[in-house]
Amino acid sequence: MNPAVLIASIYVFALAAFLGYQVISRVPPLLHTPLMSATNAISGISLIGSLVLAGAAHYPTFAHILGFVAVTTATINVVGGFGITDRMLKMFGDRKAKSGKAVAK
Amino acid sequence: MTLSTYFMEATYLIASILFVFALKGMSHPETARRGMFLAEGGMLAAIIGTLIGVHIVTWTWIIAGLTIGSIIGAWMAIWVPMTAMPQRTALSHAFGALAAALVGVGEFAVKAHEMPGVTRSALGFEVMLGALTTTGSLIAAGKLQGVIQGKPVQFKGQNVVNLVVFLAMATFFVIFLAHPEAAAVFYALLGIAFVFGVMLVIPIGSADMPVVMSLLNSYAGLAAAATGFVLGNNVLIIAGTLDGFSGFILSVLMCKAMNRSITNVLFGGFGAVIAESTSNIGGVMREIALDDAAMQLAFASRVIFVPGYGLATAQAQHAVRELAELLEDRGVTVKYAIHPVAGRMPGHMNVLLAEANVPYSSLYEMEQINPEFPSTDVAVVIGANDVVNPDARDNPKSLIAGMPILEVDRAKSVIVLKRGQGRGFSGLENPLFFKSCTSMLYGDAKSTLAHLAQAVQHV
Repeated sequence: MNPAVLIASIYVFALAAFLGYQVISRVPPLLHTPLMSATNAISGISLIGSLVLAGAAHYPTFAHILGFVAVTTATINVVGGFGITDRMLKMFGDRKAKSGKAVAK
Repeated sequence: MTLSTYFMEATYLIASILFVFALKGMSHPETARRGMFLAEGGMLAAIIGTLIGVHIVTWTWIIAGLTIGSIIGAWMAIWVPMTAMPQRTALSHAFGALAAALVGVGEFAVKAHEMPGVTRSALGFEVMLGALTTTGSLIAAGKLQGVIQGKPVQFKGQNVVNLVVFLAMATFFVIFLAHPEAAAVFYALLGIAFVFGVMLVIPIGSADMPVVMSLLNSYAGLAAAATGFVLGNNVLIIAGTLDGFSGFILSVLMCKAMNRSITNVLFGGFGAVIAESTSNIGGVMREIALDDAAMQLAFASRVIFVPGYGLATAQAQHAVRELAELLEDRGVTVKYAIHPVAGRMPGHMNVLLAEANVPYSSLYEMEQINPEFPSTDVAVVIGANDVVNPDARDNPKSLIAGMPILEVDRAKSVIVLKRGQGRGFSGLENPLFFKSCTSMLYGDAKSTLAHLAQAVQHV
C-alpha cells in the first residue's frame, strides 16, 4: 500500500467513524436489537473479500478452500442477519394496522 | 483500470451510501424496514460488482459457499425464536469474524512476502480481532443458550493469566511485523488470539451479556474494517467502521445503564463476590391474593408494567399483553417501562414485547417513564429485580449503587410477580419487596397473568 492510499484509507475510516457516531446515536433504544443485527449483517461485507479469495486468479487451491469457508460463514451472516432484522422490524411495523383493528372492535 | 474495475468501484460507492441511509432509517420504526431494503440492495450490488470486476477463475467454491451459506442463514432467520435472538446474534458475530480472520490467513499465505509494513499491521489486527471475536462470540452464545454455565468461571490469578496471554499476543504481533515471512509466528498469533477470545468471555456472567454482545459486535466490525485496510477496499472500511462504532456506542450505553465501566465488566466478574456485602434489611413481605390484585388493577386509572428477563423465561409476553388489553378495554391507561438492560442484549425486551403484539407506542424508556410513577396507581413488576431495586438510588454502599433504576417504589402501589421468595439474579436483597406499598404475588408469571386476566374479566 503506498502512502497516498494509506492516507486516503485513514480519511475514509475517520469520516465513516464520525458519520457512524452521528447516525447511530439517533437510533432509539426501542430498535437497538434490530440495529445490532443490521450492523452485523452489513459487516458481513467481508463476503466480498472472501469471494476474491475463493475464486480469483493467482490464488492456490488452498486459498480457494479457505475462501469457500469464509464465503459460507459470511453469507450466513448476511442472509441470516438481514432476514432476522426484517422479521423483527415487521413486528414493529404492523403496529398501526393492529391497534386500529382493536379500536374498531 | 479496466471498465469492469470502474463498475466494481461504482457498486462499492453505491453500497456505502446505501448502508449509511439504512442506518439513518433505523432512527424510527416506521422507516427502519425500508432502510434495510436499501442495505440489502447495497450488499447485492457490491457482491455483483465484485464478481464482475475481479477476474474469477473458479466458480465452484463461490457457488458452493453462497448456496450453503444462504440455506443456513435463511434457516436461522426463519426459525430462531425471538427469545434466542442474543444467541443467534452472538453466533452471527462469530461467523462474520471468522470470515474476516480466514480472509486474513488467505492473504497472508499468498501475499505476505510482498506486503509493506502498514498492510502487515492491518493484517495482524484483522486476524487478531477476527480470531478473538470468533471464539469469544461462540462462548457468549454457549452461555446464552445454556450449553456452557452462565455463571462467571473464575479462578485465582485469572487476570494475571489473561494479562500473560494478552502480552504473548502483543509480542507475536510485533515479531510478525518484523519478520513477515515467518509463517509459524503468524499462525501462533492466530492461535493465541483464539485462546484470548475464550479467556475474555469465560469470566463474564450472563447478566452482563448486553455489554459483551455490544463489544463483540464492535470487534467484528473492526475486524472487517481491518480487512478493508489489507485489501485496500473502501466499502469494507466504511461498513466495518459503521458496525464497529455502533457496537461501541451500544456498549457505552449498556455500561451507563448498569453504572459500571467496561473494565469492570470485563475484569470484575460480577455476581461471584457479592454475598458478604449484602445487608439483610429484614421486614415482612406482604403477600396479596390474586383476586385482590385483579381488583386493584381493574379499578386503577393508570397502570405501568415493568417487565424483566423473568417475563421472557416464563414465556409470559402474550399473557401480559392480553391482561393489558383487558385493562385498556376498561379504560385503564397501560404503559410498559423498559429498562435498557432488561433482557440479554440491547433492546431485547422491546423485541420480545413487539413479537407479542404490544404496540411500540406503549413501550417507554426509563427517562420517559420515571417521572410518571408518582401519578401511577399500580406498577406491576414482572420478573424484574435489580432494575427496580431502590438501593441503587438510596444506599451508596450497595453494590449496584448509582445504577439508574425504574422508580416503581414511587407509585401508589406496587405488585411484584415473582416465582418465589428467593433473591434475584445478582443475589442482592431488594428493599422494594419490603415496602408498605408493595405486595407480592408468587407463582409462575405466565399462569399468574392468565389468572389475573380471568379475574379482571369477572370484576
